[in-house]
Amino acid sequence: MNQNSDNASTLDNSGEFLTFIIGKEEYGVDILSVQGIQGWNGVTRIPDTPDYMLGVINLRGAIVPIIDLRVKFRMATAEFHSTTVVIVVRAELDGKEHVVGVVVDAVSEVYKFDNGELQTNPEFNDIQNKDAVKGLISIEEKMVIILDIDLLIADWLPDLSAMNEAA
Amino acid sequence: MELDLTEIYEVFFEESAEGLEVMESGLLGLDLGAADLEIINNIFRAAHSIKGGAGTFGFQGISGFTHGVETILDQMRDGDRDVTEDAVQLLLESVDCIGSMLQNLKNGEPDDAPVRAALDVRIKEMLEKSNAGSATTTEEKSDGNVVEPEVSAAGTSTQRYKISFDPQPDILNSGNDPLVIFRELSQLGSYSVNVNAGDLPSLQELDPEDIHLTWEIILETSESESSVESHFEWVASEAEIAIELLGAEGAEGAEGAEGAEGAESNQIKDGNAGQQDTGAAPAQSNKSAGAAPKPKKKASSESSSIRVGIDKVDSLLNLVGELVITQSMLRRFGEFYDPNVIDELRDGLIQLERHTRELQESAMQIRMLPINSSFNRFPRLVRDLSNTLGKKINLVVSGEQTEVDKTVLEKLSDPLVHLVRNSLDHGIEMPDVRVANGKDETGTLHLSAAHEGGNVVIKVEDDGAGLNRERIMTKAVEKGLVTTGENLSDERIDNLIFHPGFSTAEVVSDVSGRGVGMDVVRRNIIDLGGQIRVQSFPGRGTSLRISLPLTLAILDGQLVRVGEETYVISLLSIVETVQVKAEQIKTVSGSGEVYLLRERYIPVARAAGQFGVQQKPEDKPADLLVIVETENIRFGILVNELLEQQQIVIKSIEKNYKKVDGLTGATILGDGRVALILDIPGLLQNLRNNGAVTQEEQDFAVAA
Repeated sequence: MNQNSDNASTLDNSGEFLTFIIGKEEYGVDILSVQGIQGWNGVTRIPDTPDYMLGVINLRGAIVPIIDLRVKFRMATAEFHSTTVVIVVRAELDGKEHVVGVVVDAVSEVYKFDNGELQTNPEFNDIQNKDAVKGLISIEEKMVIILDIDLLIADWLPDLSAMNEAA
Repeated sequence: MELDLTEIYEVFFEESAEGLEVMESGLLGLDLGAADLEIINNIFRAAHSIKGGAGTFGFQGISGFTHGVETILDQMRDGDRDVTEDAVQLLLESVDCIGSMLQNLKNGEPDDAPVRAALDVRIKEMLEKSNAGSATTTEEKSDGNVVEPEVSAAGTSTQRYKISFDPQPDILNSGNDPLVIFRELSQLGSYSVNVNAGDLPSLQELDPEDIHLTWEIILETSESESSVESHFEWVASEAEIAIELLGAEGAEGAEGAEGAEGAESNQIKDGNAGQQDTGAAPAQSNKSAGAAPKPKKKASSESSSIRVGIDKVDSLLNLVGELVITQSMLRRFGEFYDPNVIDELRDGLIQLERHTRELQESAMQIRMLPINSSFNRFPRLVRDLSNTLGKKINLVVSGEQTEVDKTVLEKLSDPLVHLVRNSLDHGIEMPDVRVANGKDETGTLHLSAAHEGGNVVIKVEDDGAGLNRERIMTKAVEKGLVTTGENLSDERIDNLIFHPGFSTAEVVSDVSGRGVGMDVVRRNIIDLGGQIRVQSFPGRGTSLRISLPLTLAILDGQLVRVGEETYVISLLSIVETVQVKAEQIKTVSGSGEVYLLRERYIPVARAAGQFGVQQKPEDKPADLLVIVETENIRFGILVNELLEQQQIVIKSIEKNYKKVDGLTGATILGDGRVALILDIPGLLQNLRNNGAVTQEEQDFAVAA
C-alpha cells in the first residue's frame, strides 16, 4: 500500500504536527495535510453510512464528509459543545485527494520533532484501527498518537477491506 | 534535453481532428461531376495542414499517407481529375484511416497497418490510372509511409531544378521548419542539398533560435516547377527562394547529399531545442528521418478541453465586472449603515441577485456546445449505410445550432447513432417497396433538435413503414412479456421495444443488430436524466423523441422535508403529489408497501425509514406522497412537507466521500446547509431489489 508515501516522507524528514484532544488522548496529524480548522456547526446526515460518518458539511461550496474519531475508535461518545471543532484535512485515497473533516474535542498544539523519536509498530493488541496509528511519540512528558489520515478513510474504497485483512 | 512536446501534440491532434471534419463534410457536400472549386480547395487545405503538421512532428506514417490523398485532391483542384463517386469514396475512407491513425498515435497504440496499406495501394492505383488517361497530367509519386531521401522518380521526364533557399533568421519563430520542407522535397524525387554556413556567427553571438544558414538544393523530379514551388508557399514571405530549371538529366552533386542532409537537419534540431551543441550528429538526424517520436504515453488521460467562443468569455468578463461594481456598492452600505438607505440596499441586493443569476447562466454557457458536433457524423453514416442497404435516403437536419451541455453531448452520441441506424435499417423501406406503397422512392430521415422549456428535445423521425406491431407482439409473447390474446394499446405495444431483453438483434437485420438493444439506449438517456418515447404510424413512419435536461450541473428541484432533513427531488421526475391517509397504504407480503392511485397500486418508498431520519417530535406521520416516475415506472415517496422549488446546483458527494446509494449528489441551500438530492432511478432499483416492483408493474410501466 503506497497511499501514505507522502506522509511517510514528511515524517522521515521530521516535520510539524498539529495535535488535538479526543477524550483523554492526544493525537497528531502532519500539519501539511491540515487544510483548516472550524467550529462545529452541525452536519447533514447521509443514509446508509457507517456510524462514525456523521454526515457532510458545506465547506466553501464543496461537500465535505465529517468523521467522528471517537466513534471510529470505539471510545465513549461525547456531547458536541462550544470547543468541539472540526479539523479539515486532505487525505489521499486511491490516488485521489479527499478533503475530510475530523471532529475533535479540542485543538492542542503544534509540535516540531524528528522521525527518530517516533516509535512505530508498538506491539498493540486489541486496539481499534491499529493501521491508522502510525506510531507514538512522547513530547514534554505527554504521549501523542500520530495518525495516518490516508489509512483512516481507507475503508471508503470498496475493495480495500480484503487487503487490510491480508496485511 | 528533450522538449516536452506533449502539449503541442495535443494541439496538433485537436486541429487535425477539426481538419478531418472539414474534409469529411466537404467531401460529402461535393456534387459529383460538377464539383465546387471552393469546396475542393477547402478539403485540400485541410489535408495539407494535417500533412504539414504530421511532418513537423515527425509522424511520417500520417504525412506520407496524407500526401497521396493530397495529390488526388490537388489534381481535382487543377481540373486534371474528375470528381467521381469512386474517388470520393476512396477519399472518405482515407479520411477515416487518417482519423484512426491519429487516434492510435494519440493513445500510443500500434497502427492498423493492413487497412492503411490497402488504401495506399488504391490511392496509387488511382493516381496511375489518371496518368494513363490523360497525357497532360503531371505525375506525382507518393511513397506512402516509407521515407527515403532518394526516391528515384518513376515518371518519364525528370527535370533538374536548382533551388536556393535563404530563410530570414527568425523563420523558426513562425513555426516553420525548413527540415520539413526538405523532407517533403525528398519525396518528390532524388535530391541533394548543400548548406552554406558561411554567415554563421561566432558561438558567443549565436542566438540558437535564429537560422544563419542558406541552402542550395538540387532536385531531380518529374514535378512541374509550380508544384515544386508550392512546397515553399508557407515560407515564401519569410525566405528568399529561387527555383531554376537546369534542364533534363545530368550528374553532379549527388555525392554530398547524404552527409549534407545529416549535418543540417542536426543543425536545425539543435536550433529548435535551444542547444548549442554541434556534436552528436548522426543519431539525431536518423531519428528525425526514421522512427517518429512517440508522444508521451496516453497524453494525460483525456483532460479534455473545450473551445469557447470569445463572445462567451467576453460576456462572462462583462458580468464579473458588473458584479464587482454591485459588490462595492453594497460594501458602502455595510460601512456606513444608515436606516435611510434601506431601500437602496434592497435595490442593490436585487441587482446582486440578478447579476449572480446572469453570471451563473453565462458560466454554464461555456459548457454548452452546439449539437451539430454530434449531428455532423450523420450525413456520412446515412450515406454509407444507404449504400450498404441499397436504399435511397435523404437526411434532413434541423436545429443543429441548439446548444447542449458538453457531457450530455458526449453521452448522447452512441444512442443517437443507434437510433439512426435503426431507422435506416428497418424503418425506411427499399425503394421498390416504397414506390409500390405510393411513396417517394427516396425516404426521408429527419434529425432535429430544439429547446423546449428547460429541456432539449431531439427527434429522430423517418417516413418509413413504422413499427411492425404484429411482430413485436409475437416477440413479446415468445419472451413471456405478454400473455397470448392480451389486448394491448398500440402505444403500449410500441413501447415494448424498450423492454430489457427485447434486443433488437433478434428482430432486425445485421446492420442495427449490434447487440445494443433499445433498452440500452433508454438506459443511457435515463442516466442523463432524460426520457425517450416512441410514436409509430403504420405505413407513415416512426418518431423517436428524446428529451434531456439542458445541463447536468443544475436541475430544477423540489425541496421536501422528511423528518428533520431536507431532500431535493428533481422536478422533472415528479408527476404529482397526493395527500394520503395512513390506512390507504397497504403492505404486500408484510414488507413492501403500495398505494392505490387511480385504480393502480404503486409502490411506496418511505424516505424516513429508508434513510433512518429522525422524526420531529411534533410531526404527525408523513402523509404526503410525492409520485415520481422514472423508466416509465411510477412510485411514491412519503414526505412530511413540500418546501419551495428552486434551481439547484448539483455538487458531488463522491468527490470527497464515495458514491452513496439512493443519492445523485448534494446541493447547498440558501442558508448554507447541505441538502441531499434523491436519485429516483436508484430508489426504484432499491424497491425492485425489495421486490416491491412486480413484473406486472413493469409491464404496465413500460406501456404507460
